[in-house]
Amino acid sequence: MQFPILSVIVFTPMVAALLILLINSERKTEIRVTALAAATLALLLSLWVYFTYDKVAAGYQLIEKYNWMPMLGISLYFGVDGISAPLVLLTGVVMFTGVLISWGIEDRPREFFAFLFILASGVFGVFVSLDLFMLFFFYEIAVFPMYLLIAIWGWIKTREYAAMKLTLYLFIGSVVSLVGALAMYWQSGLRTFDMLALEQAAFSPAFQNLWFPFVFFGFAVLGGIFPFHNWSPDGHVAAPTAVSMFHAGVLMKLGAFAALRVGIMLLPEGAKTWGGLIMALALVNIVYGAFIAMVQTDFKYIIGFSSVSHMGLVMMGFSTMTKLGLTGAGMQMFSHGVMTALFFAAVGMVYDRAHTRDIPKLGGMAKPLPLVAVAFIIGGLVSMGMPGFSGFVAEFPIFMGIWQVKPLVAIIAAISIVVTAAYIMLAVRRVFFGSMPAEFEGHIGTITVYDKVALVLLCVIMIGLGLFPSVMVPWVQTGVQHILSLLGGA
Amino acid sequence: MTAFVPSNIFAILPEILLLTLALLVLILDPFWKEASRHLNLGWLTAGGLLLTLAVSLVLARPSAPALVFGGMLRYDWLGFAFKMFFLFSAAITSLFMMDVERLGRRAEAYMLLLAATLGMSLMASAADLVMLYLAIETTSIPLYILAGFLTGDEKSTESGFKYLLFGALTSTVMLYGFSLIYGFSGKTGLYELAASFPTFSLLALGVLFMVLIGLAFKVSLFPFHFWAPDVYEGAPTPVAGFLSTASKAAGFAVILRLFMVVFPSISTDWSLILAILATLTMTVGNLIALAQKNIKRMLAYSSIAHAGYAMIGVVAFSQLGAASAVFYLIAYILTNLAAFGIVAAVGRVTGSDDLKAYYGLSRRAPTLALMMMVAFLSLAGMPPFGGFVAKVFVFAAAVEQGWVWLAVVGVLNSIIGLYYYMIVLKYVYLYRMENEDEEKHPIPISRPYAIALTILSIGIILVGVLFGPWFGLASSSAANLF
Repeated sequence: MQFPILSVIVFTPMVAALLILLINSERKTEIRVTALAAATLALLLSLWVYFTYDKVAAGYQLIEKYNWMPMLGISLYFGVDGISAPLVLLTGVVMFTGVLISWGIEDRPREFFAFLFILASGVFGVFVSLDLFMLFFFYEIAVFPMYLLIAIWGWIKTREYAAMKLTLYLFIGSVVSLVGALAMYWQSGLRTFDMLALEQAAFSPAFQNLWFPFVFFGFAVLGGIFPFHNWSPDGHVAAPTAVSMFHAGVLMKLGAFAALRVGIMLLPEGAKTWGGLIMALALVNIVYGAFIAMVQTDFKYIIGFSSVSHMGLVMMGFSTMTKLGLTGAGMQMFSHGVMTALFFAAVGMVYDRAHTRDIPKLGGMAKPLPLVAVAFIIGGLVSMGMPGFSGFVAEFPIFMGIWQVKPLVAIIAAISIVVTAAYIMLAVRRVFFGSMPAEFEGHIGTITVYDKVALVLLCVIMIGLGLFPSVMVPWVQTGVQHILSLLGGA
Repeated sequence: MTAFVPSNIFAILPEILLLTLALLVLILDPFWKEASRHLNLGWLTAGGLLLTLAVSLVLARPSAPALVFGGMLRYDWLGFAFKMFFLFSAAITSLFMMDVERLGRRAEAYMLLLAATLGMSLMASAADLVMLYLAIETTSIPLYILAGFLTGDEKSTESGFKYLLFGALTSTVMLYGFSLIYGFSGKTGLYELAASFPTFSLLALGVLFMVLIGLAFKVSLFPFHFWAPDVYEGAPTPVAGFLSTASKAAGFAVILRLFMVVFPSISTDWSLILAILATLTMTVGNLIALAQKNIKRMLAYSSIAHAGYAMIGVVAFSQLGAASAVFYLIAYILTNLAAFGIVAAVGRVTGSDDLKAYYGLSRRAPTLALMMMVAFLSLAGMPPFGGFVAKVFVFAAAVEQGWVWLAVVGVLNSIIGLYYYMIVLKYVYLYRMENEDEEKHPIPISRPYAIALTILSIGIILVGVLFGPWFGLASSSAANLF
């Protein structure tokens, strides 16, 4: 029997969370070491999953299936395809760097890491679930710890409001999708939640057109689609650094991924009908998000709205339903995850030392924090889609895909590239360069070695992927091929 | 010897053991010293109930459904499963009762609890109108007394009296309905009656309505829900927990049997009526719960809402629907008992049921706070806790039978629910006490509470994760109905 790698990866953080809860809350170092050990293990396992995936054979691999409740056709059914394998890796990376960045948390670190890991378990679970019921199960597990993480450790001014808003938005989205999923379950007549079987269920077009919006938009709320994106910047800003990284880096991908897997892949006809609306909304995301980011004066809100804008590109890639667009969207999910994790890490490091995120009050941070400045600039280049960085590998195909379908939309969306460049460069200049305000002189401490490792790792991934796209693009393409076959195209 | 059929004894084995236990409590009570009386009473009752549960599980499992004792009782899985739930909740409740002032030291309280449990057991398996009515009254009268048990306490007295008045009124209407059924058909056996209502008739609908009033009161269905908050608030907390779980489940057992067995011919009509009532129950319960400042009142309204969710399963009128309603009750009994147990544990130390008393609880009692999170998230319907799976199953049953709108209403209601449950968790985890020094005083949890709450927390997670066997149990109880 093959090693049940996917179950192990899903339950590693959960078990680690329980172990951490058993440690005495005063022994903070032991708690942190345990957390780091678990995160390292998860990273190694996710690397293993990623590299054992056979991109020639394609399809769903590393399959594990345990009957959970045969009576209703629920099974613990895990497997990865070319779309989810990179996302599993992304989760491993963000979890590892998130733990490194959170080393300095002093208020109840035991509960912090425990909740963070329960969240991670949920995220892994969604990415590898091939059973619709289990997908919801893990999806909800991923949503709730967020509330506590933001509400307890977040930014004191907005945390209560933001945490409640976020949880309610996401819960509403997921339960609306749930009704759609139940409708699919009965309509198919197969009495199974197995998504591979449901893919072949051939629902009638009328059924698909009716239920697609429930399922797709329910999940897309977590992907930050306009007009349901409102929770996201508030949530990002209120969250503590590691949680922002997780949130923007992984959680929003969860929404996009589930919208793709359950919405587009199970109801392809519906996707074709509603594709135009998705494209229009995604366009608003991209352009509007970029403009709003431009006028923010809070450093973290800039990144928050830039996430909205970039997630719009993922949705846009979905809506093209072409090979290029979908491949770009798959790449963008990974690339944006790493990039935004880096951004939030950098913002957090500046904030922890300057105790303000108000851009007019900041300046000259490159001198005391050179590595943070370099990392932020690299992140910025990725965000602008510069060649040589992962952002280019992701965004360029998306734009090509749109061009194939609707050239006009591509042109409008391209405005965002300019705006993105503008807000990133403005932020870089105002925060990292220029003269340092007098009150900061000598008060800005250096960053720890844990922070450095995290930043360097994230930068290396982005540059590496930009220079050698072949370490990921073929994976995503195998997944895209399958989606296209479901959509009826070649 | 021909009249004696051994299996008949097994059909009422739990009841026999319950009666023995109740007598034992009364007989032994005078021999115990005042100092250790509450311990002895509590452990005897809880232990005896668990023993009854175990013995019944080993010896008295039903095989093929059969009418016994001249058609008075039906010996089947539906009745048996519910009996086990009642025994379990009564055992947990007696653990909670031990340390409550003016309640835990009185043998009568335990005796009344056992008598009510006995009544519920008979309710679950009654197959005859006369038996059913007697069982309902056997359940209700001890509960009226228990709700008003704290005689010096105005609120408790009010609670008991209110419960008695509304209970008496609704049960009279129900009895009138029963008498009409008998008058028109000449029969009282539930399984013979279905033949008397073969097609739709206004008569059947009218009778059903009267019976429904009595049962709606039991499960606190809108518009017969308004007693619940006042009664729960005034009654001793463990009793309120028992009322909101076991008593409600007993009502559902009767509803399931009565509606599916006697009135299948007009199922489309009563389904619609129940669907509307379920909608109103959920919505009213949840919306009013939003505004509550007292945790017992909030839990009362939340338990009204939960009756609405469970009702969705009944509305679906299918084997899956009935099974999902039973499953919902399993998850709900565990969860709500835990919630009331925590309220009792906190209330005993702080002396307050105000939501303010929960500020900063996670700093005073981290374990209790964690258990509270488990219970409240399960009520809200979050995995990996029982409430999530239970909600999914009732919604699934509704969608299967084409009640999509009802499922949507349920889903929207669960969002409102999540909001107020989270507010409580926010107080527990986020807020600080007004006087921060007080946070250094931990909240001691006595051993019975620790044991009961641990069992319940583990149960909530078990039902939420390994839901297969529990659903199997629920299914086999439902299968007997069809």
